[in-house]
Amino acid sequence: MNNIIVYCEIEDGHVVDVSLELLTKGRSLANQLGCKLEALAIGHDIKGIEKQLFPYGADIVHVADDKRLAPYQTLPHTSIVIGVIRDEQPQIALFGATSVGRDLAPRVSSALHSGLTADCTSLEIGEHTENKTGKEYKNLLYQIRPAFGGNIIATIINPDHRPQMATVREGVMKKEIYKVDHAGEVRNADLAKYLNDDDFVLSFLDRQIEKRKIDIKNSSIIVAGGYGVGSKENFNLLFQLAEVLGGEVGASRAAVDAGFAEHARQVGQTGVTVRPKLYIACGISGQIQHTAGMDQSAMIISINNDPNAPINALADYSIVGDIGEVVPKMIKYYKQNSK
Amino acid sequence: MTKKGFKIVVLAKQVPDTRNVGKDAMKADGTVNRAALPAIFNPEDLNALEQALSIKDRYAGTTITILTMGPGRAAEIIREGMYRGADDGVLLTDRKFAGSDTLATSYAISLAVKKLNPDIVIAGRQAIDGDTAQVGPQVAEKMNLPQITYAEEILAIDKGKAVIKRRLERGFEVVSCPMPLVITVNASAPECRSRNAKFVMKFKHAKTVTELQESTSDYMELQSRAYLRIPEWGVADINADDKDLGLSGSPTKVKKIENVVFQAKESKRLSAADADIESLMKELISNHTIG
Ligand SMILES: Cc1cc2nc3c(=O)[nH]c(=O)nc-3n(C[C@H](O)[C@H](O)[C@H](O)COP(=O)(O)OP(=O)(O)OC[C@H]3O[C@@H](n4cnc5c(N)ncnc54)[C@H](O)[C@@H]3O)c2cc1C
Repeated sequence: MNNIIVYCEIEDGHVVDVSLELLTKGRSLANQLGCKLEALAIGHDIKGIEKQLFPYGADIVHVADDKRLAPYQTLPHTSIVIGVIRDEQPQIALFGATSVGRDLAPRVSSALHSGLTADCTSLEIGEHTENKTGKEYKNLLYQIRPAFGGNIIATIINPDHRPQMATVREGVMKKEIYKVDHAGEVRNADLAKYLNDDDFVLSFLDRQIEKRKIDIKNSSIIVAGGYGVGSKENFNLLFQLAEVLGGEVGASRAAVDAGFAEHARQVGQTGVTVRPKLYIACGISGQIQHTAGMDQSAMIISINNDPNAPINALADYSIVGDIGEVVPKMIKYYKQNSK
Repeated sequence: MTKKGFKIVVLAKQVPDTRNVGKDAMKADGTVNRAALPAIFNPEDLNALEQALSIKDRYAGTTITILTMGPGRAAEIIREGMYRGADDGVLLTDRKFAGSDTLATSYAISLAVKKLNPDIVIAGRQAIDGDTAQVGPQVAEKMNLPQITYAEEILAIDKGKAVIKRRLERGFEVVSCPMPLVITVNASAPECRSRNAKFVMKFKHAKTVTELQESTSDYMELQSRAYLRIPEWGVADINADDKDLGLSGSPTKVKKIENVVFQAKESKRLSAADADIESLMKELISNHTIG
């Protein structure tokens, strides 16, 4: 049986979230298909990296550890990914839609002549019947993504070429430990076989990368809390909702002033302006200084116990109710209904 | 004496303007009428053109060719590029290209680029009608050239190497890479300069033969001012293999397209009751807002 492989990005010795999210997704697809999940970790000084990957369901971890492999550069990483894919013949290969994954995956797909779908928002297993020939395909990867500026949702398949390749953005899939003690096998990639000398044409003259910090601007889902959330402890509910939906937590100024949330999360005139796909305003009245920073959101849901709160005029859905009651129900019903 | 200047090919695409889907582009059922969207120069390809122009400013003798693949009307963006300072352009156009995914597109473009044999290929990072960012790296792979993606500035070209600042998610890096190479440019790079009145005068009659034939059948006119002819290249001109083009050359197939239906903003009232919350979450999942 051909397996599923996930290219894992490593930053300062840690596997980044999007790769763990892809392993979580890859694990559930592998269980559905009855195949194994492989992870490919390329970098420098990454001995023991498999310990971070096994709990997310990896059965086999390929490790390529060499000082020339960090920071990321296109050609050597491409050569290794192509080499491992040629040797392992996976049916599916997944990459994060990061600046690394979106540089690497197209190059790999071109070399292998296998189709690639960028920025998938959902991955499913399904079948397909070719219209002209009547040929039937089982267990194809449905690569689902918005296209045309988000105006259409397309389902893409690669019937005849392997691996079926896709990239997915951070936060789109859920990250979930599969088994804390899940065990697997480590294989060292044969670098002498995969790498060529002319893979190393780049020289780095400067490189400055900031540590990860709170940045709600790039999140496609924001769960924002206002003064009505009531306390820092109650804000934990919003963090839970944001986590299951793959979003970030935002806040009104009144909530920030009250110490419920950090200033970096403040949305509005004196905070950041956001345009997420979904903005959930919890206990926020909707004063103009706040709405100026979020009224461009594609969809707005308000949760407020005051049916006349001004935010409701902007909202696509206004839920009239108490946060303590509504938010846990949203988490519960999301978990029950999502795949 | 080393040769003067560089030969640059800028890859550009004419795209429907998906960013501002106004009321006139909406059909009654709430879906988008693509034909009603204005066709524009893909925004990041303009950032790419500006990088090429700035090399031309600094290194005398540099020439810029706009290469675009598309239907006949895509010649518009070649003219637009010439108005802003490009020297010439090539329109890659053939029915056999229709239905190409990014891989088949990259195959055709890479053959045309090989024929032009440039020192530097510069493209926008991605086109707004697909947002895939795949064509640049795939063209580079097909030509066996190194690629530098997310370029924000081409700082210098020295001793056969380009020094480029790349924008990454939380920072930047400056790399040096030997030529020839493929560069893709980010929206964070400087905006493209506007049209130059002198170039507009010079190139407003630059047309493809197909365009000229639409307006005249006069033999003399068709033969005159050859420098104003925008060449059209088809499958035969780039020696492409039919089976690697169009639908047959595309590993990816579109199985299904669903139109996203935009509802008028009309607030729906819900209560905190279980049934209300459950149906809301189901709806958000099914219309891909979450999950
Ligand atoms: C110059 C200037 C700049 C400003 N800049 C900003 C800015 O950048 N961002 C910003 O946000 N504000 C800004 N403000 C402040 C702004 O005017 C409002 O004061 C602030 O947005 C109000 O925050 P709020 O909605 O959280 O609080 P409130 O207005 O107090 O609203 C709380 C809401 O919670 C609801 N509620 C209470 N309890 C519950 C419950 N248990 N369940 C459900 N709902 C409940 C209430 O019905 C109410 O609607 C600025 C003000 C000024 C003057």
